[in-house]
Amino acid sequence: MRKLRVVIAKPGLDGHDRGAKVIARALRDAGMEVIYTGLRQTPEMIASTALQEDADVIGLSILSGAHNHIAPRLMDLLKARGLDDVLVVIGGIIPDVDIPKLKEMGIKGIFLPGTPMQQIVDFIEQNARARV
Amino acid sequence: MKTVADAGKERWQVETLEPALKKAPERAASFTTISGRPIERLYTPEDVEGIDYDRDINNPGAFPYTRGIHPTGYRGKLWTMRQFAGFGTPEETNERYKALLGAGSTGLSVAFDLPTLMGRDPDHELSLGETGKCGVNVTSLADMETLFDGIRLADITTSMTINSPAAMIFAMYLVVAEKQGADWKTISGTIQNDILKEFIAQKEYIFPPRPSMRIITDIFAFCATEVPKWNTISVSGYHIREAGATALQELAFTLRDGLEYVHWGVEAGLDVDAFVPQISFFFNAHSDFFEEIAKYRAARKIWAEAMRGQFGARNERSWKLRFHSQTAGVSLTAQQPYNNVVRTALQALSAVLGGTNSLHTNSLDEALALPTAEAATLALRTQQIIAHESGVANLVDPLGGSYFVEKLTKDMEDGTLAYFEAIDRMGGMVSAIERGFPQQEIAESSYRFQQAFERKEKIMVGVNAFVQANDSPIGILYIDESAAEIQLAKLESLRKTRDNDAVQRSLERLGAAARTTENLMPRILDAVRTYATVGEMCDALRDVWGEYEEVPII
Repeated sequence: MRKLRVVIAKPGLDGHDRGAKVIARALRDAGMEVIYTGLRQTPEMIASTALQEDADVIGLSILSGAHNHIAPRLMDLLKARGLDDVLVVIGGIIPDVDIPKLKEMGIKGIFLPGTPMQQIVDFIEQNARARV
Repeated sequence: MKTVADAGKERWQVETLEPALKKAPERAASFTTISGRPIERLYTPEDVEGIDYDRDINNPGAFPYTRGIHPTGYRGKLWTMRQFAGFGTPEETNERYKALLGAGSTGLSVAFDLPTLMGRDPDHELSLGETGKCGVNVTSLADMETLFDGIRLADITTSMTINSPAAMIFAMYLVVAEKQGADWKTISGTIQNDILKEFIAQKEYIFPPRPSMRIITDIFAFCATEVPKWNTISVSGYHIREAGATALQELAFTLRDGLEYVHWGVEAGLDVDAFVPQISFFFNAHSDFFEEIAKYRAARKIWAEAMRGQFGARNERSWKLRFHSQTAGVSLTAQQPYNNVVRTALQALSAVLGGTNSLHTNSLDEALALPTAEAATLALRTQQIIAHESGVANLVDPLGGSYFVEKLTKDMEDGTLAYFEAIDRMGGMVSAIERGFPQQEIAESSYRFQQAFERKEKIMVGVNAFVQANDSPIGILYIDESAAEIQLAKLESLRKTRDNDAVQRSLERLGAAARTTENLMPRILDAVRTYATVGEMCDALRDVWGEYEEVPII
């Protein structure tokens, strides 16, 4: 089975990338192929990257409060491009009250502050499916 | 009386320590600071033998200012209690400022939202979902007027955390001051305006490094004559630390950034003593109590020596490092948030024992959201209790003379100078950044810390130890899209009521000026007065300089 391909993205204007980079490295150490998009990504750019890179997983890092704007747009774009079997997870600062709606949109994993790296690695391994 | 020579740590180790260790080993094989620096179990006169009090430490207010820049310390004047605040619309934030001033804070500090920080108007594609969420939205002079409505700029000092568009936001503040009848020659405050740390850590850059440095030296030159009491820059370590740097990296990169700014100012033709007194600093107040105190003391010494020595500054005010500090946001936990009150109190105490000139204390809910009014008040009370109940402000530099603190201060200094040498060999800080050196150091340190945390070598109470299954949730400040809607409506209305020809002309003149070496501040002030927006002014400069794109380093 080929390595899981994970796109780690920083959508919106927020530049706090410590978490995204640490997770990217942890996933790489766990044997996954990681593509880090860098900062200031629009949902369109992320969906394009996911398509180009044959992503199995998209990990969004959002600490700015923009998740309610970004998530639905991304999920719509993924659906439109036939990428709805890509596992989408979010890490960052998400108020509890917003979590149910995000899950309803199809975001399977939401990782809040303090989540151990291994928990994220395990979740991705258990829930992602290598698309071929 | 035992002399230093027969105090013999070695003898004590053999006669007293080893037998005790045989009976009971220590709790761990080694003890390190949160930065990973090993700490010995005991410090004695032997550890400070090479340190000369008069040359290396000296009394407060005397070179090299290790013990403080004021001879009377907090007996003369308490540190400024300057709580960072901002969210939603300028109206809402104006209310919060009035509440904070009413509760006893002694300076204002503005937190802007991401669109403002990134030089974008609320109607830009990248601003959607972001307006008003992380700070207050300020799109034009009109918003700045609202933000300070009922607050006399002549009577307070304001710090504004703004970097790439600092010149525009500062110009708005100046015009508000002017409209209020406040004199630019006497108003005081700070703009963060530290672009180097944006490339290194906070990532709020817009333009490439060299034009960004040009704006900063323009501000230095402008303020030297026009706004002489203003802190033109707050050279920051806070964000470098939050991004994962160790205490030593924070100290070294921050001070080296400072040296870089002085170098560029001198290269731009300014006399060192004309602009250096208006440079200030901003450090993190992190969890390892003594490491932080040593860091602040080392900072003062290193800066004084560099200004007097390397740069030949003759004005004492150029030698005296002044700094604001903020307790470490990154140390706060979403789990058991009331624990954060304790963390903040200890961190604030270390900043005070380190002689901070200004302090922001985080609120207990900041791992979850921007602070509620109640949480923000408690954070302020934390400072007031330290100031008025703990006794630490009764004297200057209480920990001076501690064998441990003096040794640690010296070690921090040595480590910093080693980093300076390495960065100098790379051709300076701008070159080091272009190579990715500080970014790589930070990426390594942050990964190392995360691994240590996951192996439980570093404990965070409530997160990887002393975990509670039923953590009671607390009410948080939830910011919805209404702020964005209000700001968008205002922007639409502004574009109908202002003189758009005047705006256009001012933007063209700004762009033209950017292509020459003329000082940009007058052109920016002109544009601000026409009610040009942050986005419009930054776009005028984007058209000339382009935008920086980083090569990410993991």
